[in-house]
Amino acid sequence: MPRHEVVSPIPGVFYRRPDPDSDPFATEGQTVGADDTVCLVEVMKSFHQVHAGAAGKVVEFLVENEDVVDAGQAVAVIEAG
Amino acid sequence: MKRLLVANRGEIAVRIIRAARDLGISTVAVHSTADTDTRHVRLADTAVEIGPPPAGKSYLVADAVLEAARSAGADAVHPGYGFLSERAGFAAAVADAGLVFVGPAADVIDQMGDKVRARQVAAAAGVPTVPGTPGGVDDVDAAVRAAAEIGYPIMLKAAAGGGGRGIRVVEDEAALRAAFPAASREAASAFGDGRMYLERFVRRARHVEVQVLGDGTDAVHLFERECSLQRRRQKMVEEALAPGIDAGVREAMTAAAVRLAREVGYASAGTAEFLVDDENHEFFFIEMNTRIQVEHPTTELVTGVDLVAEQLRIAAGEPLRHAQADIAARGCALEFRVCAEDPARGFLPAPGQVGRVVLPAGPWVRVDTWLEPDVTVPPFYDSLLAKVVVWGEDRETAVRRSRRALAEFAVEGVPTTAGLFTEILGQPWFAAGEFHTGTLEQWWSEREEAAR
Repeated sequence: MPRHEVVSPIPGVFYRRPDPDSDPFATEGQTVGADDTVCLVEVMKSFHQVHAGAAGKVVEFLVENEDVVDAGQAVAVIEAG
Repeated sequence: MKRLLVANRGEIAVRIIRAARDLGISTVAVHSTADTDTRHVRLADTAVEIGPPPAGKSYLVADAVLEAARSAGADAVHPGYGFLSERAGFAAAVADAGLVFVGPAADVIDQMGDKVRARQVAAAAGVPTVPGTPGGVDDVDAAVRAAAEIGYPIMLKAAAGGGGRGIRVVEDEAALRAAFPAASREAASAFGDGRMYLERFVRRARHVEVQVLGDGTDAVHLFERECSLQRRRQKMVEEALAPGIDAGVREAMTAAAVRLAREVGYASAGTAEFLVDDENHEFFFIEMNTRIQVEHPTTELVTGVDLVAEQLRIAAGEPLRHAQADIAARGCALEFRVCAEDPARGFLPAPGQVGRVVLPAGPWVRVDTWLEPDVTVPPFYDSLLAKVVVWGEDRETAVRRSRRALAEFAVEGVPTTAGLFTEILGQPWFAAGEFHTGTLEQWWSEREEAAR
């Protein structure tokens, strides 16, 4: 099974949920499509959706909610299938 | 007032520290761990770290700011703009801690920050607001009666709906009668409520705002600023005075802003925002901003009044120092907000490592900034790098000088919006002062289209 890393294209603050009162975009073990949003990165007060990039099962998230991420940093792993 | 804590960062923190120093007041900076080595921190007499980089864990934490004020022995707090500046709860907490809040009283922030209550204040002060139905109307005859009072064109929207969904614009009674039943049916099926709001539709609107100063008893205005050039509701270029209104509108609008300030016993600098119908020059009050604004330097350049210093004096209990008759506006001032964004990539925010920095200067060019060579632009805060503010004895001179100043501006390492302004200055609609709130986005999308 190919391992696909979801990478944040921009630096900023990582969020698992669209807003604090909602459910996470995706959870570990969940199956996602390539175009599904799996997280948000906030940069300079604007929010950017990060898509899965490959269809498959979410294996794990590599960063915690509200962690600071760099551009190019892997934030999640998907088992493409 | 002996020691002022500046509860902000970036260019506005630098601006406030300078005004305080000009008045002989010592300053306390606060900063997140991302801003340790920045200009406002070094410029202040002392600095206190208040938390990790995300604003929600530092600049927005009222308790951390108050604790910093206590530990550094500050007796006053200036909130700047954004962050905690228009949170009534913060203003109240500052006052409860026995400190002076540089801004209006908490209840005034509350009152003017609430659209419904601000409209009530406007009505009491005899200031026009956008005409519309206070509640929803449920049948076509009621809608026609309401529309006759409001005046056409009319915007129809679902009383229960949000956003732009199902909005229709009608030009006259026949169109209203034709459109209402379907609009109401759609609203009923989408929201379970068929009632409709009616509101005057302003096809070409300018955003013009009046600067006021109040001391709680009296209030004066410092003329207006034109702020229509916006992209996604972010202002890009502002100017004082507004080129698109005549002396009669100016007089009526500034007088209205003063009445509003007096009505609430306003004490500090504030801005009354108006929407001006470019077709018939009617103006309507939208809301009041109870803080110092990003574009305040344009007003300072045409009036010669240091608005931040006046805020500090008023907060310290001094009465207004300027009578209305003593406040005059001379020439034209333009402000360009240079942001770390890449216009070529849809204005993508572009934090990063800055190299060389060249800032314009020279006669009648002012740059409010936190930029220095080799700084890092962090991803956590707004993208504003610098405000290039240019004065000229008339608009043409100010435009010409702006071209010169913007051509001098250079930042290596991050893309900026500086180059875009030179293009905007070259547009015929800009030269003629003929633009409204939709002009900039329309121009940009046409430009994008042509580039394809």
